[in-house]
Amino acid sequence: MEFSKRKWRMPRLAGDQRNASYPHCLQFYLQPPSENISLIEFENLAIDRVKLLKSVENLGVSYVKGTEQYQSKLENELRKLKFSYRENLEDEYEPRRRDHISHFILRLAYCQSEELRRWFIQQEMDLLRFRFSILPKDKIQDFLKDSQLQFEAISDEEKTLREQEIIASSPNLSGSKLALESIYKIPFADALDLFRGRKVYLEDGFAYVPLKDIVAIILNEFRAKLSKALALTARSLPAVQSDERLQPLLNHLSHSYTGQDYSTQGNVGKISLDQIDLLSTKSFPPCMRQLHKALRENHHLRHGGRMQYGLFLKGIGLTLEQALQFWKQEFIKGKMDPDKFDKGYSYNIRHSFGKEGKRTDYTPFSCLKIILSNPPSQGDYHGCPFRHSDPELLKQKLQSYKISPGGISQVDDCGFSLNHPNQFFCESQRILNGGKDIKKEPIQPETPQPKPSIQKTKDASSALASLNSSLEMDMEGLEDYFSEDS
Amino acid sequence: MRQALCRAPSFALWSAPHHFLGVNGPKEDIIASLRTHVIKNYFQHREFSFTLKDDIYIRYQSFNNQSDLEKEMQKMNPYKIDIGAVYSHRPNQHNTVKLGAFQAQEKELVFDIDMTDYDDVRRCCSSADICPKCWTLMTMAIRIIDRALKEDFGFKHRLWVYSGRRGVHCWVCDESVRKLSSAVRSGIVEYLSLIKGGQDVKKKVHLSEKIHPFIRKSINIIKKYFEEYALVNQDILKNKESWDKILALVPETIHDELQQGFQKSQNSLQRWEHLKKVASRCQNNIKNDKYGPWLEWEIMLQYCFPRLDINVSKGINHLLKSPFSVHPKTGRISVPIDLQKVDQFDPFTVPTISFICRELDAISTNEEEKEENEAESDVKHRTRDYKKTSLAPYVKVFEHFLENLDKSRKGELLKKSDLQKDF
Repeated sequence: MEFSKRKWRMPRLAGDQRNASYPHCLQFYLQPPSENISLIEFENLAIDRVKLLKSVENLGVSYVKGTEQYQSKLENELRKLKFSYRENLEDEYEPRRRDHISHFILRLAYCQSEELRRWFIQQEMDLLRFRFSILPKDKIQDFLKDSQLQFEAISDEEKTLREQEIIASSPNLSGSKLALESIYKIPFADALDLFRGRKVYLEDGFAYVPLKDIVAIILNEFRAKLSKALALTARSLPAVQSDERLQPLLNHLSHSYTGQDYSTQGNVGKISLDQIDLLSTKSFPPCMRQLHKALRENHHLRHGGRMQYGLFLKGIGLTLEQALQFWKQEFIKGKMDPDKFDKGYSYNIRHSFGKEGKRTDYTPFSCLKIILSNPPSQGDYHGCPFRHSDPELLKQKLQSYKISPGGISQVDDCGFSLNHPNQFFCESQRILNGGKDIKKEPIQPETPQPKPSIQKTKDASSALASLNSSLEMDMEGLEDYFSEDS
Repeated sequence: MRQALCRAPSFALWSAPHHFLGVNGPKEDIIASLRTHVIKNYFQHREFSFTLKDDIYIRYQSFNNQSDLEKEMQKMNPYKIDIGAVYSHRPNQHNTVKLGAFQAQEKELVFDIDMTDYDDVRRCCSSADICPKCWTLMTMAIRIIDRALKEDFGFKHRLWVYSGRRGVHCWVCDESVRKLSSAVRSGIVEYLSLIKGGQDVKKKVHLSEKIHPFIRKSINIIKKYFEEYALVNQDILKNKESWDKILALVPETIHDELQQGFQKSQNSLQRWEHLKKVASRCQNNIKNDKYGPWLEWEIMLQYCFPRLDINVSKGINHLLKSPFSVHPKTGRISVPIDLQKVDQFDPFTVPTISFICRELDAISTNEEEKEENEAESDVKHRTRDYKKTSLAPYVKVFEHFLENLDKSRKGELLKKSDLQKDF
């Protein structure tokens, strides 16, 4: 797959060609795609498939697989996300193409560890099982043939000859059902799970497998092939990862956010506005530190920055009142009219706290969301520095944060899963406070505070013992966090 | 010294038929050359192991050709030769190969059935002992397993070999079988297994309501032998001690009725008839709500069905004793068993090495008297003589097996070359 530097659309194939490339609404993903696509489409396809697989996982937990509810809900998900699932009269090419490409993109993300592989294989198998279950009988043979599987249904005469034996061998088959059921003749070694438990009739080296059991065999084949493919993919991954455009996305896809959303926290009101400057250097992730700095310097942030940073602040414990005060104070320094702030900006702040409009209590953005939505342009300070900055600039910035050169090169392969800016904040605070929560402070009225005492640390960690001093000093929290193995 | 001399030639017999066939007529030449052609690819990568005196065990032996093997055998004088897998590299160079690259790639599918595994169900002997009364277990095992290997799995080239003491081996040599994975081999053993549980488990066979064709056909084979083997020779319902063991295999609800009938009966045959009647009227267990002969079959299977050692079969790199080896404890030669005459096979008439040596001596004395012409090489001389000893019928079985193997290989080669010509 080629990735172009510029965004360009893929030329559309003529009708017949399109149908030929995807003759079925499901597939075994034996051939990787060979188109060029844009980076945006790459990302979108990847996200959509992650959403799909997560739905598969959730539905599999909430409902018994194969029941009507499970089936219909899964079908809805597929329809919603515009992936192929069933043959219908509409143009099938696009959903099948999306399905094809997105699967292979996710291989890149999910090949990297045993756990990820297992998860990916499990969801893909469940998805395939579903699609196969709704495949009409007359389509099954064609699909199997095209997928290079040597499964052929036996004729009725052959069935009758062996009727007694087949019935006696298959646990769930009765005489009446046999007439309707397709029986497939496959080499015995391909039906290992069936013949080892004597759940199938063997004759002259062949297993006579009812359709229902063929599915199990097909899924096993699929699992084996996918498992091998993922192992191969993992080996060629370094080449892919050297493309900086892909690396953050791939990393974050696989650590895709499923954890806390940091919306309602127990630490509401624990932060005072005066702590923010200090905290920004101690415990803010680089994206928020950068936003805070820009806000302080320019006394202004554009909408994207206000959203990202504002929700983050909410996540670390700022109350609505504090937030209003915080932003107003800063914007006023930028020669903004206080009334204009009240009219224009305070509504939005209240909105993001769920106090206006449809009262949605917006949750702080996860890393994935920050990386993938709303890329920053000139004059913006939001986004993810690791994704949206030039690597050299990023290096410089980290150096200015006083991280050691060793720490900088370690940033890229820190190895732990950082999914959320607020997670960063909490972890950092935990380390600095020796496991305790953020130091509690009584809620203050809206007046400036005298400078609080430096937060104390526990002696436990010697690396943190030196934290007892000046403001600028410590990026150690950040450095430790980046180099910490978890 | 004499023992050593006697042993060496018997091992040569493993390769002897190859020589032997190479010496006669054109037809045999073709066969021999085919075999060499095929073996050339395999032979150097085949592992052999030697067991020497004092139980010294040497693995990863490999040889360029048969004569090298023979020379080494004569030099080392092994008690026992085992045959292992065909590896990715010459086994005797495995230490020079990069770690992980030295892999077992192919091997025949083998089975080992050992009489000791039946100790819980035979009264006449135990552990290493066998007698005509319990040998029937091996006969039934061969029939049951061989039928399944042939009819269910479609395996065509199966060689059954007497182990020399208390069991039998089976070598399945089909081309397609050699490459089977360990998982599939295990699966085959599982398919062929019915006896579950060790010493602490009383009832080792549980049949479900549906009887798989494999089980049905196996029961039909056992039925042919059951009366004579179990009710007469083993006398499994002889007295209270023995029928208590059988009562442990049936529900308590029928114990009283059975015991009453047993006491009234005169012998095992009558008691068995009584048991069949009572058992078929009894509901077997909660799952199996059919009345019928399930209990009866479960007893028959527990007493007669084959017991396989899965470890021997599942590993591609597992070594197994070579046919025509000499068993160190009994002196008997591991001879192939003629499937056509399996009921007549008697392990106690299998020749021992000393017996063969005596026969060979007698033959060569005669020939010296006749002053047979050219000076043949010693090995060739002895090789031809084997056909005149008591080993002859066994050699014949072996040759027949090899011929069939060659025929099918020839067929495969022709098929392949035809396909190639098409391009």
